[in-house]
Amino acid sequence: MVSISAESARHPEYSTDLHGSLEEQHGPVIALTGVSFSYPDGRRALDNVNLVVRAREKVALVGPNGAGKSTLLLHLNGILRGRGAVAIMGNELGDGNLGLVRSQVGMVFQHPDDQLFSPTVFEDVAFGPLHMNLDDDEVHRRVSWALAQVGMEGFENRMPHHLSLGEKKRIAIATVLAMQPAILALDEPSGELDPRARRGLIRLLGSLPQTMLVATHDMRLVDELLPRTVVLDGGRVVADGPTQSILSDTVLLDRHGLEPP
Amino acid sequence: MTHIPVLDRYREGNSLIHRLDPRVKLILTLAFIVAVTALPPGAWSSYLLCLLPVLVAVGLAGLNPVLVLRRSLVAIPFTLAALTLVFTKEGTAVATIELARWSVSATYEGIVAFVTILVKAWLSVLTATVLVSTTPFSDLVAALRTLRIPKVIVSVVSFMYRYVFVIGEEALRLHRAREARSANPTGSAGGSLLWRSRVLGGMIGSLFLRSYERSERIYAAMLSRGFDGNIRAMRMGALGLSDSLIIAASLAYLLAMLLLSHVQRAG
Ligand SMILES: Nc1ncnc2c1ncn2[C@@H]1O[C@H](COP(=O)(O)OP(=O)(O)O)[C@@H](O)[C@H]1O
Ligand SMILES: [Mg+2]
Repeated sequence: MVSISAESARHPEYSTDLHGSLEEQHGPVIALTGVSFSYPDGRRALDNVNLVVRAREKVALVGPNGAGKSTLLLHLNGILRGRGAVAIMGNELGDGNLGLVRSQVGMVFQHPDDQLFSPTVFEDVAFGPLHMNLDDDEVHRRVSWALAQVGMEGFENRMPHHLSLGEKKRIAIATVLAMQPAILALDEPSGELDPRARRGLIRLLGSLPQTMLVATHDMRLVDELLPRTVVLDGGRVVADGPTQSILSDTVLLDRHGLEPP
Repeated sequence: MTHIPVLDRYREGNSLIHRLDPRVKLILTLAFIVAVTALPPGAWSSYLLCLLPVLVAVGLAGLNPVLVLRRSLVAIPFTLAALTLVFTKEGTAVATIELARWSVSATYEGIVAFVTILVKAWLSVLTATVLVSTTPFSDLVAALRTLRIPKVIVSVVSFMYRYVFVIGEEALRLHRAREARSANPTGSAGGSLLWRSRVLGGMIGSLFLRSYERSERIYAAMLSRGFDGNIRAMRMGALGLSDSLIIAASLAYLLAMLLLSHVQRAG
């Protein structure tokens, strides 16, 4: 496999100009309007959800188990499609633009073993860029760049099942960073991590410029990293506001099975 | 983390054999197995000529011969199915077993046929063992892909390799949970046979369900990264001149050996 020199990995084209388009994004980056969704077994997981997120906002999505957090994230790139409208970067999601939207929304799943499905780290990180029809040289550059972003340089030829959970989580993030998305949607990114890996992950997420929607139970992560919090319960948005005011509303937290950090 | 070492065949190395292009190794291995299969029965000297290059490869790759030998024996139990040939093949009887009113004879031709199958199977598995010990699995998958094996089959192989570990570890966890519940005060662990088989059934069912659910999540992860049903992979560079020469020389060797053994047999 060709290795790319550190020089080209740090080529300005791939680091500073991450999303020129993002600066010009005037309207909301994510807009959910009246989104409702029921699973085939009839279980209603989202109930008339309205949510607007602007460029570079970092938003926590909290709520008890089964609140519908994962279901909501899967609506952002059309993996699940319910009633109501979802618009990403001003484009309403439809059959015609799924490919575009999926390259704009980097979806990081809860379990890295589901996200990392290739025999090697390189192939996993290359999967997104390859399916964006980028040429092989560009794919190589994107892989080196994305691995450098998450501090996993040199892991290209490693096999996912030989990695620690913390390493897998980082590489899972690299697999979507390689597509240079404007939005990151992360499902329980700090779950099950030991304290050191968790700290490292929080630092990593803090260093990323993308607009972020993070489904989590980790209220300390919310407190440190995400200035805005949306509380979901029973598929409904029950609160949406600055993290500090939500975290200090113990009655609200208690009512929805949450604990202050 | 739990590991299933038996599935990790690849041994890190930097030998000539390790560095050979995976496509070359795959082609040579397949050609070798076809040639071995096509050798006439009882061509003992040809079998030796086949063994020779494999032994050289083992030596060059610096593999542990005892380990390679042990791994190459995995297929032997399956060849025992051919044991009946010893008695069913027509030919000169060398021994007869009388059983009441029945008598069965082992024939010389039958014994030759059986030993031939044994040797061919062993040679084939031995070569495959050398291949997987010196080539990372991901390289083999990439090689399969460039050799125009249908993409779906290559993907199945690739997923199997990736998830056999994950599912294996899931099975280990379920097994431990069972063991933990089956200890009884008398000190003998295990539980009754009926109980065990019921638990095993449940375990298989639950593994199936978990794998099914996992497959849906993996598919969602693939879709999220732009998968549209069309599997795309990086192109491998063209084979070099030395690679082509190695393939040509090896094919010539195998062909010459095949011709010789068939001519010898006819003569
Ligand atoms: N694949 C599925 N099939 C049926 N119901 C599901 C499925 N996934 C989730 N649900 C149900 O939908 C509701 C919301 O689930 P989820 O979005 O996973 O919640 P959260 O991520 O907040 O824990 C839950 O009641 C859950 O049981
Ligand atoms: Mg969830």
